[in-house]
Amino acid sequence: MKPADRRRLAAWLAVITVAAVCIALRGRAPWLLDLPPAFVVPVADWFNAFMVWFIGAFKWLFRAANWLLGWPLAGAQALLQWLPWPATMAAFCALAFAASGWKLALFAAAALFYMALTGHWSPSMNTLGSVLVSIPLALAAGFALGVAAHRSKRVDRVVQPLLDLMQTVPTFAYLIPILLLFGFGPVVGVVASAIYACPPMVRNTLLGLRRVPREALESGLICGATGPQLFWWVQAPSALPALMVGVNQTTMAALSMVIIAAIIGGSADIGWEVLSTMRKAQFGQSLLAGIVIALIAMLLDRISWGFADRAGRGAAAAGRSRNHGRGGRGGRGHGRHGRLKPWLLTLIALAIFAGATAFIPAARVYPEAWVFYPADAINAALRFVTANYSAATDAVKHAALFYYLLPLKIGLSQAVTPFSWGVALTPGLVWGYAAAVGVIAWRLFAWRGWRPAVAAVVGGGVLYFGVTGLPWPPFILASTLLAWQVGGRRVALLSAGGWAFMLLTGVWAQAMLSVYLCAAAVLVCALGGGALGVWASANRRVSNFLRPINDTLQSMPLFVILIPFLMFFQIGEFTSFLAIIAYAIVPTIRYTEHGLRHVPAASVEAAIAMGCTRRQLLWEVKMPLALPEIMLGVNQTVLFALAMLVITALVGSRGLGQSVYIALSNADPGLGLVAGLGIALIAIIADRIIQAWSARRKSTLGIA
Amino acid sequence: MRSCGGGGAAPLGPMNAPVKIACRHVWKVYGDDPSRFFRDGDGGGGGNNRDDGGGDNRGRNAGDVPDNRALWEEFEAAGHIGAACNVSFEVFTGEIFVIMGLSGSGKSTVVRCLSRLIEPTAGQVLVDGEDLLRLGARELIEFRRHKMGMVFQNFGLLPHLSVLDNIAFPLKVQNIGRPQREARAREVIELVGLQGREDSFPRQLSGGQQQRVGIARSLAVEPDMWFLDEPFSALDPLIRRQMQDEFLRLQKRLHKTIVFITHDFLEALRLADRIAIMKDGEIAQVGAAAELVLNPADEYVAEFTREVPRARIITAGDIATVATVDAAATLDGVGDSGDGDSTVTDARIDAAATLEQLMARLADHPGGVTVQRGGETVGRVTAVQLIKALAARD
Ligand SMILES: Nc1ncnc2c1ncn2[C@@H]1O[C@H](COP(=O)(O)OP(=O)(O)O)[C@@H](O)[C@H]1O
Ligand SMILES: [Mg+2]
Repeated sequence: MKPADRRRLAAWLAVITVAAVCIALRGRAPWLLDLPPAFVVPVADWFNAFMVWFIGAFKWLFRAANWLLGWPLAGAQALLQWLPWPATMAAFCALAFAASGWKLALFAAAALFYMALTGHWSPSMNTLGSVLVSIPLALAAGFALGVAAHRSKRVDRVVQPLLDLMQTVPTFAYLIPILLLFGFGPVVGVVASAIYACPPMVRNTLLGLRRVPREALESGLICGATGPQLFWWVQAPSALPALMVGVNQTTMAALSMVIIAAIIGGSADIGWEVLSTMRKAQFGQSLLAGIVIALIAMLLDRISWGFADRAGRGAAAAGRSRNHGRGGRGGRGHGRHGRLKPWLLTLIALAIFAGATAFIPAARVYPEAWVFYPADAINAALRFVTANYSAATDAVKHAALFYYLLPLKIGLSQAVTPFSWGVALTPGLVWGYAAAVGVIAWRLFAWRGWRPAVAAVVGGGVLYFGVTGLPWPPFILASTLLAWQVGGRRVALLSAGGWAFMLLTGVWAQAMLSVYLCAAAVLVCALGGGALGVWASANRRVSNFLRPINDTLQSMPLFVILIPFLMFFQIGEFTSFLAIIAYAIVPTIRYTEHGLRHVPAASVEAAIAMGCTRRQLLWEVKMPLALPEIMLGVNQTVLFALAMLVITALVGSRGLGQSVYIALSNADPGLGLVAGLGIALIAIIADRIIQAWSARRKSTLGIA
Repeated sequence: MRSCGGGGAAPLGPMNAPVKIACRHVWKVYGDDPSRFFRDGDGGGGGNNRDDGGGDNRGRNAGDVPDNRALWEEFEAAGHIGAACNVSFEVFTGEIFVIMGLSGSGKSTVVRCLSRLIEPTAGQVLVDGEDLLRLGARELIEFRRHKMGMVFQNFGLLPHLSVLDNIAFPLKVQNIGRPQREARAREVIELVGLQGREDSFPRQLSGGQQQRVGIARSLAVEPDMWFLDEPFSALDPLIRRQMQDEFLRLQKRLHKTIVFITHDFLEALRLADRIAIMKDGEIAQVGAAAELVLNPADEYVAEFTREVPRARIITAGDIATVATVDAAATLDGVGDSGDGDSTVTDARIDAAATLEQLMARLADHPGGVTVQRGGETVGRVTAVQLIKALAARD
């Protein structure tokens, strides 16, 4: 073993020793599990005091902004409500057709018709109105910030960490200060949505401007272009594909936040429809309304992606964005010409048609009599299923809880009881477990060196004592040591500081609950998503089957994902767990498939020529080379899981998400800040460690 | 010419070596459904129909492909791309067979058909008389593991493995234990002169060193057949020269059957026993270097040979004319009877001598020189013949 490796191993052994000592002492010194209240630094109270002062001083400003923003919002919503529904439908169809073609136009027609058919027209239009106001705000602000950050290093240095925070602070936490400053009302949703949707536009603007080829700039300068000419005629057009990807992502974020903002009430939109029925356990109703949200999401996503895709193909030379799996989608090479004209014609024809129908009452407002609202039938069907198959769903739920979730949460030491496992945890079993962990670690050590062996020992310990049973000193030490070894001093400082913040502000216990649920879900996502990704990389048909499902899941506002799981598994941790998996598994699938497909072809060919079997090819060649990319997918999965974790507080998951949710209902900005920052810090620490590992591994392999 | 079953009466090469690899009427066509162009015909009267190939039918019999260009145009019209077109050649045991052609002419396609890294659309590849294209998946893997080694233009090393592990990888694939495979890897490392770099990783090596790893790896399993696809094309000219010398040195020791791909005619001349020249997926001509230089089959081959230092390639034997044998015999007789007549004795030259050497001799003997092979006279050359050969005129 090299001396450096020996030092690293020694550090881990030290951490394991500390852990053993702390665990031995934790019964006598409970402060090892969580700091007593006396030691908590009252950051939350300070922030509350600050907010009181701030609101007192600046309330008038925000109320004025509220009043000002109220006008366009009211205008947009009134317009959409007033427009005859066939006209709105026609407009969407035309837009969809322009973005991608007939298929999408048909889909748009079907989606809008569903809203009318099920009697969700009015709340849907309110939601669309909000989105219509918030998107331009987010785009303009994002573009301006992106350009500013591109022009000035100093702005960039401020903006970058801000973006990280904005994209990791949970959505609910945004709402609290905005709620306090702007007061109740639909404008809060618009403001929150505009702020939340801003970062993707900033990032893509920056990315696009950075990628403008040097030669393009230089040829512009040679022609004697002035600053603005250079920007508008050279830089902005070259950056257009990235900008359009930004528009797509911003649109989806804006919609997502508008839906979530329904939680503060005060707006008769579709998000509220879902939420209120969900709270009353009227699943049929909330499913019907949830489908509306899903349709709006798919429609907006595909329309904005259609435009982005065309911009990207128009400038095919520009590097593709890292948007795995979205490449092969959309219309098949229609020319730009010959399309604009039919589009205009369609629009005009439909407008005339819509104008004509404006005089027919049934065509102005969709008549009540035509509404088809099968909520009761769905509820009856659901009751039938739960009555007859509850044994099966309960069995699944209990198996997952007893054999997976509980051991991770409170450890085998407490989870193994005669009631749950059918056996009591005798000393013999404990020693057997310890011996098994030891043997596994030893075999791993002989096979692959000390790293997996240490991982096995740590994993075995965590599983025995449970994430929530771990004392904080070894937890922080282990995280920081890992951060140090993988990413160096800065990441280590971030890790130490982040965990210390959660410890000192008194949210440690909640943080550990969140870490536990997130880890449980990420583990399943990594294994399941990895397996699906491997399969998709080997089989085109599987890949084509998974792609639209992934696209849909990823563009879905988070509420909606809760509904199906809630229907069958009721409120509780298991439902949260499933919902997190459903949402967070997507990036792992995508990155795994992409990584495996893009292993250097020369290495693969050489391996085949040497007589590798398919299995050898996968495990000996492709996996090691794709692993850095796959880990980037797992990284995204962690971020997605944390985002979903907060939403699942609605269905009874505990931890930081629950704290944010409580803070929101109590209008307690201090608690919201502390718990929201906690989630953001967990996300950023995980992100930095994984990114650092992946980057290092890539440079080791020479496949940057 | 088809030889069935191992051994038997295999045809012998010029050096009396048996045929190792026979490539017969091999086609490779890219497109949606290329096999349909080969399916109609007479539907596989011969033994070429493979029943195990999933949807990849080689129906048309090897012999009955009527007209290359007609077929070619047929599928190009259908939007298919032809990469190899009715390619046939034989490689004899222990010879260095070079396939040479411009980039895109189908060389890589052909050599990959020999190892079935690319599935040919039609045709036969016989190795020791056995049709490679009939092997099942498992047999093919066994074949690749033991019979062939391959070297790639861009090395194809595994970046996550050290030099030692890279070279031992083909043995690991065969589930050979660590001590054994590492011992063998060290032997080959010595062979290619990479001692001391065992623990380096590919990215830490120069291009030349990386290709040495590639060569060592391909030799680790002691294959009979060695395929090299432009192995030195990615290297600097100086290194390339050095690697060619080492390649020849290795072959002198190992006596593999080699198919060597290059786009550099001079490289082909240095290394080849025989050369096949490819153009647009077809073999334009096969022959020894001097044959190509002296009797190019078409303008394309002639174009390649134009820049060649003819004086170093063509031998006295190639241009000796038999018509003057009688005269030579008389001269010989005279020489033999006249004791100590050095001018006459010196006027002989071995058939293998190059024109360069012949020039020096003719300078001393303007009347002409007798060409002998193994003590027997094969003909005579004059200065005029020499000049014609150098000027590429018959
Ligand atoms: N996968 C493929 N699909 C379509 N055409 C291909 C494919 N691979 C190779 N070709 C075509 O086959 C021809 C021969 O390629 P190749 O054998 O690589 O040439 P060389 O090695 O002589 O440079 C080229 O014209 C190339 O465009
Ligand atoms: Mg090639």
